[in-house]
Amino acid sequence: MAINKDKNSYTIIFAIIMVVVVGSLLAFAAEGLKSNINENKRIEKQQNILYALGINENDESSAVFVSKDVVAESFAKNVTKQVVIQGANATEDPEAYLIDVKKEKSLAKDDSYQRRLPLFISETSTGTYYVAPIRGKGLWDAIWGYVALDKDMVIKGVYFDHKGETPGLGANIKQRFFMDDFSGEHLNDEAGNFTGVAVAKGNNDPKNERKTDNRVDAIAGSTITGNGVTAMIKDELKLYIPYFKTLKNN
Amino acid sequence: MGLLSKKDAKLIMDPLLDDNPITIQVLGICSALAITAELEASIVMAVSVMFVLGVGNVVISLMRNVIPSKIRIIVQLVVVATLVIIVDLVLKAFAYELSKTLSVFVGLIITNCIIMGRFEAFALANKPWRSFLDGIGNSFGYGLILIIVGFFRELLGSGTLLGIKVLGDPIELTGVYAYGYENNGFMLLSPMALIIVGLIIWVQRSKNKTLIEDE
Repeated sequence: MAINKDKNSYTIIFAIIMVVVVGSLLAFAAEGLKSNINENKRIEKQQNILYALGINENDESSAVFVSKDVVAESFAKNVTKQVVIQGANATEDPEAYLIDVKKEKSLAKDDSYQRRLPLFISETSTGTYYVAPIRGKGLWDAIWGYVALDKDMVIKGVYFDHKGETPGLGANIKQRFFMDDFSGEHLNDEAGNFTGVAVAKGNNDPKNERKTDNRVDAIAGSTITGNGVTAMIKDELKLYIPYFKTLKNN
Repeated sequence: MGLLSKKDAKLIMDPLLDDNPITIQVLGICSALAITAELEASIVMAVSVMFVLGVGNVVISLMRNVIPSKIRIIVQLVVVATLVIIVDLVLKAFAYELSKTLSVFVGLIITNCIIMGRFEAFALANKPWRSFLDGIGNSFGYGLILIIVGFFRELLGSGTLLGIKVLGDPIELTGVYAYGYENNGFMLLSPMALIIVGLIIWVQRSKNKTLIEDE
C-alpha cells in the first residue's frame, strides 16, 4: 500500500520527524565538538595578541601566526601583565584575555554598567607595549582586532579579523598590505588630542610615509568595511585614554 | 570515459558548456558577482559548492520518494543548511585555519541558487548516482565560469594572480607599471563581474547558434 504523500497529516509528521532528527544531529555535533572549538578559539586569541605585538612568522606577503605548539610559551613570555580596567581601577587578572569583548560591549549599552576593558601589557627588552582588543561593525557582520600601542599611543602593530566581509574586498583587512600600514601611525593629532587612525580614500600616500597624519590608505571597493575599521579604532580605543593618561602622570 | 556510460558522461560534460549553470541556466549569478574579485576566493567557492552539491544531490535523491511535495523546498533548504553547518563545525574543531578561510562562504553556499535549482530540477527525479554526477558536473560548470571571471578581475583589477604580483609592483613602478599602465579599480566592483559574465555568454552564443532562443 502506498502512502498518500499529499495528505496534510503526512506532511506534518514528515516535518516533525525532520526537525527532530536534524535538530538533535546538530545539537550533538555542536556539543561534541565544543571543547575542541573553544580550545582553538583560545589559541587563536593568544596568536592574535602576539601578532599585534609583532610576534609572528610572516613570510613575504601573507600574515602567519606563531605556530600552535609554541603559542602558550610565547604568550607567557611576551605578555607579562594582563589588566582589567573598570572605571578608574585597573586590576591585574592573568586571564583577562578570556574576557568576551562582544558580551562586555552589549552589556555596556546599559549606562549603569561599567564595561570591563582588558589590556595586555608586554614588558620585554624591546620596550613596553599595550595591546587592546577592539570590536566593531563591517559591511555584513562583526569585525574585530587587536592594537598594540606604546605609552604615547603610537601604534606598534595591529591585527584585524572579520566574520563575513566580502572575499577579495572587505575581507582584505586581515591581509598584511593593509595591517602593516598601521604600524607607526599616531592615534593622537599633533596637539596631543585623540583622533584615531582613519582609513581614508584619496589619502595619496600609498607608501604610507606620513605617520602623523592619522590616516592610512583605504582598500578599493571596501568603503564600508574601511569606515567600520575607522569607527572601531576610534570608539574602542578612546575608552582606554584615561588609563594612558595615568601612565603619563606616573 | 570508460568508467561512465555515454549518458552518464553527458551529465558531467553538458553543464561545462552547452548547459552551463551560470551562462545558460542563469543559476548562481549572485555568488559569481560577489566573490570573484580574487582568483583564490573563486577557487575556494567552486570547491565548496562542488562538495555541497555533490553530497546534497545524493541525499535529496535518496529521500526523493518520501519528501512531501508541499514542503519540498523547505526540506531542500534544511538539507543544505544542515550539511554546511556540520561541515563548518567539524572544520572549526579539527582544521581551524581552513575554517577561518571558509567561514565567509558558508552563508553564500546555503543561499546559492544552483544548489536549490539542481535539487529541484534533477535530484528529486533521479537516482543517487546520476544525481551525484549531475551535482559534480554542474559545480564544474559553475566553477569554470567563477575561475574565468576571477582570473580577469584579479589580473586587471589588482595586477595579481592568487596574490602574486604578476604585472609588477604598482607602487615601486616596476614591470608594466613602469610604462604607465594602471590597475582598473572598477574591475574590483561587482558590475564588472556582470559585464564579464555577459561577455562570456556573448562568446558562447556566437560559437553555438543553437543556444539562441527563437524570437
